[in-house]
Amino acid sequence: MKKTFKGGAHPHDFKELSKDKSIVTIDAPDKVIIPLSQHIGAPCEPLVAVGDHVKMGQKIGDSKAFISSPVHSSVSGTVVDIKPCPNPRGVEVMSVIIENDHQDEPVEDFSFNDRLSDITRDELVSLIREAGIVGMGGAGFPTAAKIISCAETKIDYVIINAAECEPYLTNDYRLMMEYPNEIIDGLTAITKIFDSKIYFAVEDNKPDVIDRYQDMVKNRSDIEIVPLKTKYPQGGEKQLVYAVSGRVIPTGKLPSEVGAIIMNAGTVYAIYEMIQRRKPLFERVVTITGDAVFSTGNFRVRVGSTFDYVLEKVGGFKEEPAKVIMGGPMMGITQYRTDVPVVKTTSGILCLTEKSVDRPKRTYCIRCGKCIAACPMNLLPAMLSMYAEKKEYDKLEKFDVMSCIECGTCSFTCPGKKYLVQNIRDAKAKVGEIRRRRAQEEKEKKEAEAKKAS
Amino acid sequence: MNTSYVMSSSPHMRSDETVTKIMRDVIIALVPAGVIGVYFFGPRALMHIIITVAACIASEWAYNKITKKGYNTIGDLSAVVTGILLAYNLPVAAPLWIGLVGGAFAIIVVKQFFGGLGQNFMNPALAARAFLFSWAVIMTTWTAPHTVLPIFATPATDAIATATPLVALKAGQIPDAGLFNLFIGNVGGCIGETSALCLLIGGAYLVIRKVISVRIPLAFILTVAVLTLIFARGNNNLEFMLSHILSGGLMLGAIFMATDYATSPVTKKGQIIFGIGCGLLTVFIRYFGSYPEGVSYSILLMNACVWLIDTHTKPKAFGEGAKK
Repeated sequence: MKKTFKGGAHPHDFKELSKDKSIVTIDAPDKVIIPLSQHIGAPCEPLVAVGDHVKMGQKIGDSKAFISSPVHSSVSGTVVDIKPCPNPRGVEVMSVIIENDHQDEPVEDFSFNDRLSDITRDELVSLIREAGIVGMGGAGFPTAAKIISCAETKIDYVIINAAECEPYLTNDYRLMMEYPNEIIDGLTAITKIFDSKIYFAVEDNKPDVIDRYQDMVKNRSDIEIVPLKTKYPQGGEKQLVYAVSGRVIPTGKLPSEVGAIIMNAGTVYAIYEMIQRRKPLFERVVTITGDAVFSTGNFRVRVGSTFDYVLEKVGGFKEEPAKVIMGGPMMGITQYRTDVPVVKTTSGILCLTEKSVDRPKRTYCIRCGKCIAACPMNLLPAMLSMYAEKKEYDKLEKFDVMSCIECGTCSFTCPGKKYLVQNIRDAKAKVGEIRRRRAQEEKEKKEAEAKKAS
Repeated sequence: MNTSYVMSSSPHMRSDETVTKIMRDVIIALVPAGVIGVYFFGPRALMHIIITVAACIASEWAYNKITKKGYNTIGDLSAVVTGILLAYNLPVAAPLWIGLVGGAFAIIVVKQFFGGLGQNFMNPALAARAFLFSWAVIMTTWTAPHTVLPIFATPATDAIATATPLVALKAGQIPDAGLFNLFIGNVGGCIGETSALCLLIGGAYLVIRKVISVRIPLAFILTVAVLTLIFARGNNNLEFMLSHILSGGLMLGAIFMATDYATSPVTKKGQIIFGIGCGLLTVFIRYFGSYPEGVSYSILLMNACVWLIDTHTKPKAFGEGAKK
């Protein structure tokens, strides 16, 4: 039996729109907008000033904070402005705007040079940090910080998340199919960081990847290909660790709690590029898809190219989209404007026509329990959503609202088309606020008591 | 630049599952029992089904109109399901107006007054049936299979009355009909309740289509089985137990009424507790009640406990209490 988790759903994956399209490079635009925060953690401070000349791959922003990741210029040219700019996350982010001189003058020679044999662990980690590598599945957690924070714990499951369980997205699939040697080099680099076997987890809707990689690692004992059942959200952190290792991450803890660390397939490729080619993360593969797009496919795009530019380059729309999403349809973020830049975590740009936009006339719960059967966290979404509507925050806490991973499986499954996860997401923010306030009050109370005692 | 894009919180896609599809599956699952009901009790049975369904749809439509809901819910087919279930719970000799009264009561009072589909706390068809017991003689006058009845006129009750197997069981006897007739439904009883075989076929369909889980029906029927086996009357325990399971409204109740989404628990543990509760009450009423059948009332009583059960049977979240 294929490894998997309990619950989940089987959305139609729409990967047929782009899975057979080879990666095509999109030329750099005349101007790039490089946000100084493309990750979870502290934003970077700019290292350049207006008027400075920068090279392609030059570090233009960094931070001293532990959880942060530097950003690099994706072109060579001149810094023309540093100002807050619209960002695909929906907020304005301080960004460096660079006018491209179209010379693509690299900061260093990016040609291949095998350095794997004599590289040390510390060198590897520092290169990963300097390359600005973050989790490329969408969350954008700085990879170096993740590795360093695991230093104290015994890691015996290094899991590569190649599940790509989001419908529509095929960027990881194309990377794995077109760059197998590079991915294997990336994996080899990771084996030098952790004293553990690597588990390369792929959903079984990608049999060609499984066959290819199984063949490539057949003489290696340090890498194992783990086929997983195709089911959403197979790539969820807790679901993936459980499927691969059978271990359950305790509520509120990280995978390292059970000796596991997860890296995305795209991240592995980025590690390869830095180690073997000294090329930092300033371009990535983006799946451009959806029924509004004229020509769907997978494209290598410079970070900082706007959605508008990229969409125009691939041939524009065959029908005006009603919804533009960064990422996949299950957890992606809708865009209110398309002059936002592609960032490190832009796995896809999904453009849906009015026909594909979900607008239920009426939403209601018939208590069928389908959301409950499907919840990969074993929660009761129907009840949580109802309590959220009634704003009963104490009940929400009691019914584990904070365990929700917001994967959206409940809303997807609901025959009454209720906005379950959307209600729950709102409630989570409120409960989080209440918890913080409570902690603050307790702290103040303790301090007051301590004062009284002294 | 277009700035009129739809902004929304993820997910941005939905399954093609709808309430209508679920209700359509329930209707399909109810067909075998209806067909055999019409076969055993004649065209008058079909007339009852048509009238209750029509009454339920008309009530649903009228309520939406009168209260100016702005949408109509007849399309979700839930009123059709209620109508069919109500007809299946009527004796074939009952006057036809009883279906009209029952249908209107089920939809308007039991379902819509409490907020409509998913909000009602009692099963509409069962609550309507309980209401119709205001006409106790009508509701307890049973007809033997293959009795020829007029389609429209009300038959004289004394001419056609027969006893149901439950009366024999109550007296501690094995029904004369025999297990085979009980199994296929060739006995007196409500229109859609007699054929365990057809109801089981419908139930299997619902389980395969994942409309219901086996938890409630299985817990319900097993509880009745165990109790009637332990506390069997007469000298053949096994036959007594099987007769109990195949008689009355147990199969119809366990498979189609106790599994009603709105009025049964949503948690797995809760569903098992609910099923066991229904089974306990059914046997209790069948053994000690003044009326020989207990399925309807046991389900209605358990309906009232659903919220209590649900809020006390929260499953452990994935990762809750997990150790390193």
